[in-house]
Amino acid sequence: MILPPEKQPMPSDDKRWRLVATAMRRHGYKSHGLIESLHSIQETFGYVSEDALKFTAKMLRVPLSQAYGVASFYHYFNLKPLGRHSCVVCRGTACHIKGSAQILSDLEQLFAVRVGETTEDGSLSLLSAQCLGACGIAPAVVLDGVVMGRAEAESIVHRVEEVVAA
Amino acid sequence: MPTSVKVKTLRIDGRDVSAREDQTILEVARENDIWIPTLCHLDGLSPVGACRLCLVEIKGSTKLLPACVTAVEEGMEVSTQTEGLESYRRMILELLFSERNHVCSICKSNGHCEMQTLAQRLGLTHIHFPYRYPSLPVDLSHELFGMDHNRCILCTRCVRVCAEIEGAHVWDVMGRGVDARIICDLNQPWGTSETCTSCGKCVHVCPTGALFERGRSASEMDKRPEFLPYLTLMRRAGGE
Amino acid sequence: MIFEELGHIEEAELEAQSRFERRIHVCAAAGCLASGADAVKEALSGELQSTGLEERCQMVGVGCMGLCSRGPLVSIQPDNVLLAQVRAKDAKEVVGTLGKKPPKRLACPSDLPFFKRQLKVVLENMGRIDPERIEEYIAVGGYSALHKGLTEMTSQEVIDEVVKSGLRGRGGAGYPTGLKWSQLSKESSPIKYVVCNADEGDPGAFMDRSVLEGDPHRVLEGMILAGYATGATQGFIYVRAEYPLAIKRLNLAIKQASRLGLLGHNICGTPVSFGVEVRVGAGAFVCGEETALMASIEGGRGTPRPRPPFPTQSGIWGRPTMINNVETFANIPPIIRNGGKWLAEIGTEKSKGTKVFSLSGKVVNTGLIEVPMGITLREIIFEIGGGIPFGGKFKAVQTGGPSGGCVPDSGLDVPVDYESLSHLGTIMGSGGMVVMDDSASMVDVARFFLDFSRHESCGKCIPCRVGTVQMHGLLDKIAANRATSEDLAMLEELCDLVRKTSLCGLGQTAPTPVVSTLRHFREEYLSHLSGKA
Ligand SMILES: Cc1cc2nc3c(=O)[nH]c(=O)nc-3n(C[C@H](O)[C@H](O)[C@H](O)COP(=O)(O)O)c2cc1C
Ligand code: SF4
Ligand code: FES
Ligand code: FES
Repeated sequence: MILPPEKQPMPSDDKRWRLVATAMRRHGYKSHGLIESLHSIQETFGYVSEDALKFTAKMLRVPLSQAYGVASFYHYFNLKPLGRHSCVVCRGTACHIKGSAQILSDLEQLFAVRVGETTEDGSLSLLSAQCLGACGIAPAVVLDGVVMGRAEAESIVHRVEEVVAA
Repeated sequence: MPTSVKVKTLRIDGRDVSAREDQTILEVARENDIWIPTLCHLDGLSPVGACRLCLVEIKGSTKLLPACVTAVEEGMEVSTQTEGLESYRRMILELLFSERNHVCSICKSNGHCEMQTLAQRLGLTHIHFPYRYPSLPVDLSHELFGMDHNRCILCTRCVRVCAEIEGAHVWDVMGRGVDARIICDLNQPWGTSETCTSCGKCVHVCPTGALFERGRSASEMDKRPEFLPYLTLMRRAGGE
Repeated sequence: MIFEELGHIEEAELEAQSRFERRIHVCAAAGCLASGADAVKEALSGELQSTGLEERCQMVGVGCMGLCSRGPLVSIQPDNVLLAQVRAKDAKEVVGTLGKKPPKRLACPSDLPFFKRQLKVVLENMGRIDPERIEEYIAVGGYSALHKGLTEMTSQEVIDEVVKSGLRGRGGAGYPTGLKWSQLSKESSPIKYVVCNADEGDPGAFMDRSVLEGDPHRVLEGMILAGYATGATQGFIYVRAEYPLAIKRLNLAIKQASRLGLLGHNICGTPVSFGVEVRVGAGAFVCGEETALMASIEGGRGTPRPRPPFPTQSGIWGRPTMINNVETFANIPPIIRNGGKWLAEIGTEKSKGTKVFSLSGKVVNTGLIEVPMGITLREIIFEIGGGIPFGGKFKAVQTGGPSGGCVPDSGLDVPVDYESLSHLGTIMGSGGMVVMDDSASMVDVARFFLDFSRHESCGKCIPCRVGTVQMHGLLDKIAANRATSEDLAMLEELCDLVRKTSLCGLGQTAPTPVVSTLRHFREEYLSHLSGKA
């Protein structure tokens, strides 16, 4: 039996699912609300879990494989939980010219983590972006949501170390 | 009766042919026994124009156009077999061979593979691009069928037949670029799928040995995608 | 509201502003925010309060003032004082010297070539108004084009003005905007869509971001006019998720405009209706491509499909859809206000108006600029940009991002217009302009862009999916001095294949960075082959 979206059970009694359900309702539970729903899930939970995908697929009546296909196509969606801190290094042209590759590789070495992954102890996720649109102050790094411009490799690495240790 | 369809005349490889206005270049060429190579196209499935093997030249256009999705136009002059096109087609096939691990001699579809047949027909003798040798899994969790990602060329015929004909939409594509992969449900083993009806349509439309029936050894897997146009025809007839 | 009330709002706002002797503008765009503009604004407000000046001096957060490399920027009006690299601790001094000579340390002459050589059409309000208040936009003449268009002109007349202006799409390809509009207007479907492409995925480009953050109402006004002209009643703005501030300000702008009746049913009492929805992208460059963008709005994977049918024939949900870039829409209000002829007088024969560029890389002044078409690259880089820092030597300038190429020294005197740039082997693109000095390796630049393209390829068609990967591998090999001349030949063969056979613009232009660097810097490639570099 297919339940109408309003009657679908939430994946858990976590109240935050209601927020997600509201986002879906805004798009009339239509399949074109899939990406917006995923955004709302990621905003709420920090990542898109398997449960969240199943829930979304049911609510919007989208096939499971399609939901997964969409979620994995867009690099903005994390299918795994992030670490306690996140550091996004811009890899765009302007930042590349101004040495962002060095920053990335220094961070990779120091924290023994590859870009796109999270350290084993879950303290830091090292991510990269294709241009943050802050090229005027390249190289740009976003640490826990705060943009830092004119980042010099040494001071950035130091700053990240401080934040992670704190 | 459908309302009167207009007829268009055009020229393919120097031959004057006529066509219904709603036909594609590929359909008209086939009706006139003019061969254009195809891989992603399959009669009965929605066209995607993805493999680019059916590209043809059209006089007056600097762009090459995919015959499988390009509608005929009055007075069009189409060339399907120029030297340039043949070389592009060979290179595209070469890229495909270099992308994953296509070892024909141990493939269940050896001798029945569309990609292999095309390579022979296009005179492909060796692959001069470096092989990538990615390490890819083989899914043997389904009791009847198997999926060998090493031989998948991402033509999405399985995705389309399952979604459009069977209505189950078990398959889709995950990721993107060269990391794209065909997935079952939430990227889970086929055998654990809750949506698969085990109808086997995907296996029969797969042009290579990527999807196969279990229990057959090398060279034994011949496929019969002919059911499809028949099936769509019957449905259309039933619907009218 | 009816249109006549726009006048009241304008008067009231001007009146309110005139009660202050001065306005202090603090840049509240991404670049300066990252340099600490928020703290500066807070400190200045605090200082005004404690000195009792807050009644006489108005604090305003404004859009990008352009000179991002010297942020945070503060400007004081009507004194026409510009302060650069202001810190929170400077607040006392800044407030203390109001109306007097500004602190020398901070003062930035406003007659620098950086400012003087520019011509602002699209950016006319940038740095002058608070993007979060519709009243400020109205006070500088905002929505008067809409008023004029909807009450004094037929939709055909609006299209005619756009045609007359000679405006070409600013999203990259330079397709004539008026032509696109009339194509949509001729479609008979009862439902049509207008889409604003704000995906701005080119690494090294931030023009659209700045416009959306600094003057969002302008884009809305352009879109509503497009809706009226073409008969579309629903608009979408597709913004990339990496621009949270732009998304916030757009949503705010939509809310404000709807409240005043400038959006929605029966706009200001006219029979015209138009609604706008923001859709947020999710990190896929290819979604800037029209058909991929539409697939994404429909909630699917952003994979392109073959054209024809073109979006204006069959777009979102099969309905006729017209897609224009942010800057294209931002050009519309002044065209309607001043007439198409006015814009057509700026620029060159085939490229009219101005172009916004984001200047970055190894150049003294990095930031956002707007110049008339036809200006030379040399003027942009050496006069406006102030040349190469630290006495470095210019090597090349990259335009058009991953779809564009590098222009060497010898091409610097060519006028900037669509055709000239394409003769040089690059494209106008959306306006990213990255300057490189002689420390840059051209093989590395090509490899950088191919790395980008292979990661951004959607994977649908074979030439782009596998071809970009193979090309990147060959460039790796060349950079590591392991390649032979056969490898180079193979690379060129692949460039031709990928360009000619890929399904969409991403693949068709992905080889451009290689082709262009091979054309202008071939010896660099060759030196790697012989193992000398
Ligand atoms: C791979 C690719 C990426 C693109 N990215 C953008 C983009 O970020 N912004 C944009 O306005 N146009 C982009 N375009 C161009 C659009 O497809 C389209 O031509 C443009 O939005 C039309 O608007 P215009 O006529 O106003 O230029 C891109 C094209 C391709 C092929
Ligand atoms: S050219 Fe690239 S991005 Fe465009 S459809 Fe083909 S694979 Fe996708
Ligand atoms: S290239 Fe890094 S912000 Fe644009
Ligand atoms: S058969 Fe036409 S593109 Fe694949």
